[in-house]
Amino acid sequence: MASTVTTPAGRARGTLRASLAEQRGSRGDLVFRAVLTIAAAAVPALLAVLLMELVRGSELAISRFGLRFITDSIWDPVAERFGAWPLLAGTLLSSLLALCIAVPLSLGVAIYLTEFAPRAVRQPVAFVIQLLAAIPSVVYGLWGIFVLIPLLRTTLFPLLRGALGFLPLFQGPIYGPSMLTAGIILAIMVMPYIISVSREVLLAVPGSQREAALGLGATRWEAVRTAILPYARSGLIGAVILGLGRALGETMAVTMVIGNRNDVSASLFAPGYTMAAAIANEFSEAVKDIHLSALAYVALLLFVVTVLVNAGARLLIWRVARGAGAGSGAL
Amino acid sequence: MYLHRDPGPERTMRRMVVLALALLAACGPDRSRAPEGDRTAAGHVGAGDGTTLTGAGATFPNPIYSRWFDAYARQTGVRINYQSIGSGGGIRQYTAGTVDFGASDGPMTDEQIAAVHGDVLHIPTVLGAVVLTYNLPALGGTHLRLDGPTIADIFLGRLTRWNDSRIATLNPGVKLPATEILVAHRSDGSGTTYIFTDFLSKVSPEWKRQVGSATSVRWPVGLGGKGNEGVTQAVKQTDGAVGYVELIYAVSNHLACADVRNAAGSFVTPSLASVTAAAAAAHLTDDTDFRVSITDPPGTDAYPIASFTWLLVHRQPRDSAKASALHGFLVWMLTPQAQSVAKELQYAPLPDDVVKLVRSRLATTGG
Repeated sequence: MASTVTTPAGRARGTLRASLAEQRGSRGDLVFRAVLTIAAAAVPALLAVLLMELVRGSELAISRFGLRFITDSIWDPVAERFGAWPLLAGTLLSSLLALCIAVPLSLGVAIYLTEFAPRAVRQPVAFVIQLLAAIPSVVYGLWGIFVLIPLLRTTLFPLLRGALGFLPLFQGPIYGPSMLTAGIILAIMVMPYIISVSREVLLAVPGSQREAALGLGATRWEAVRTAILPYARSGLIGAVILGLGRALGETMAVTMVIGNRNDVSASLFAPGYTMAAAIANEFSEAVKDIHLSALAYVALLLFVVTVLVNAGARLLIWRVARGAGAGSGAL
Repeated sequence: MYLHRDPGPERTMRRMVVLALALLAACGPDRSRAPEGDRTAAGHVGAGDGTTLTGAGATFPNPIYSRWFDAYARQTGVRINYQSIGSGGGIRQYTAGTVDFGASDGPMTDEQIAAVHGDVLHIPTVLGAVVLTYNLPALGGTHLRLDGPTIADIFLGRLTRWNDSRIATLNPGVKLPATEILVAHRSDGSGTTYIFTDFLSKVSPEWKRQVGSATSVRWPVGLGGKGNEGVTQAVKQTDGAVGYVELIYAVSNHLACADVRNAAGSFVTPSLASVTAAAAAAHLTDDTDFRVSITDPPGTDAYPIASFTWLLVHRQPRDSAKASALHGFLVWMLTPQAQSVAKELQYAPLPDDVVKLVRSRLATTGG
């Protein structure tokens, strides 16, 4: 058979057989295609149902409080007055803090692992980092309560207050559980995600970029700065956004270390609260309809914030990607 | 439900324990034979084999309920599945009729009862109590003494230092430090918070006006810790901190507990006996619906921050096989043997006259 394929007639027969196979397989293909379509459609459908349920659940609170819910800072289940401003601010602030700490560290680790680390170190370290991502958040929370908080309140926090105490950010009494503690725990939790994705992105940078920069006489640092990072920019931003998404929705570890105080304070040493933590804390024991509805409203708000953040991130990546294209063109 | 919840560590553990117990019960070799049960449940076993009841509600009594349900299943073959999803969820599921009975740490309001199809009966099962725990190394082994108005003012943020004259007059001969008071409270909605704020609302008009009582309230000051363990850690880690936790948790973790002055004027150390005494001192009338708050009761040896926890059952249930099975369990639960199991798990058992009262009420309803 194999020898006949080389003749023109044989080639024609081969093509014919292929097209026959295609026809025979077409029913299978259809089924396969349908299954895949359903699987893909399930995700947006799930999202739509989720949104619908949230709106339905929060109807009562929406009609009672309207948009004032977002700016009001009183949360009083007894007087049935609910406002989510401290929760919203706390969620955004704790996530921002987490990114401020996690992004430089994670990028550093990822660059080291792809560009500088000896080959024997790369795989084991990458493996350990991925293992970190699998630790349940309640374990991080307990570790935060028993190890991190006692450590921070005796070392880092007094040090910060001593050195930067002139800033309102680092004034006031130190309790241990605080916005800053939550930011640090979140930073530790999102780092594995940012590192893993950044590492993949950096590995995907073509060797020719690196070699070209080095060939022009760049040092390794200059090669990273001028050739590799700009090339990987949009992917790296994607990695950061993934981390941000995780930080926004993280619940258990945060509620265990943030102090759960429904207040917006200028000081990072003061306790705060987040949307996810409030839902987790109060949902199971919320007896009144309006209380439950207010919690659903908070969930809806969290949903909207997440969507906005992701949309913003998409926009950013899109613009950066165009910028990178122009930059590489100039190179 | 439509919200994703992370179950707390405590709850996850409990669930695992319940699951393990359920598996054990399922694998148990002698479910069909129930020689002991026939005698102890005094003829109520008729509904017997194969009947499965479902219930949902409070997390606080979950350990004792699991133990009771397991023991009862072994004796009679009546299986009771209990989900400890919280009092709020328990009341909702019970109202919606998706479970055979509910369980709650706080009594249902008249409005909530009106929403239920049929009549609701509150059956007290065991007692819970709340203790004040503090971190004052200067005190050594001496118990701190507090009274209701002082506790309220501490939690209102009006008393800010431990050597305040009002605290000092309650603790003659004790050298109180000048440290600042840090308040720690529960951040998660809980029956513990309900009992504590109910007590404060009774003893302090200002508390009642400004905060009130509920499973979660708007705290004027302090840090919120998740669960008993969160509050305890906040207290342990800060000099001068004070917080409130469940009696059971405080006893099993050997926490420092304040003696609290009761309505009769004596300082009472929290214990199972003084909590049972609080229920005995509440003097329920014969026609009570058991929805009574027993915080700040009159008796001299009564610990004032205590409460019943209830099972919510229908007075005229729809499914009679299930009704008689549930009735059988309730009667069994009141036997001295079942109540002594409560004591083993550090729950304060019901006082005798309350047991009598519940029993006579059960005789007139259901089954």
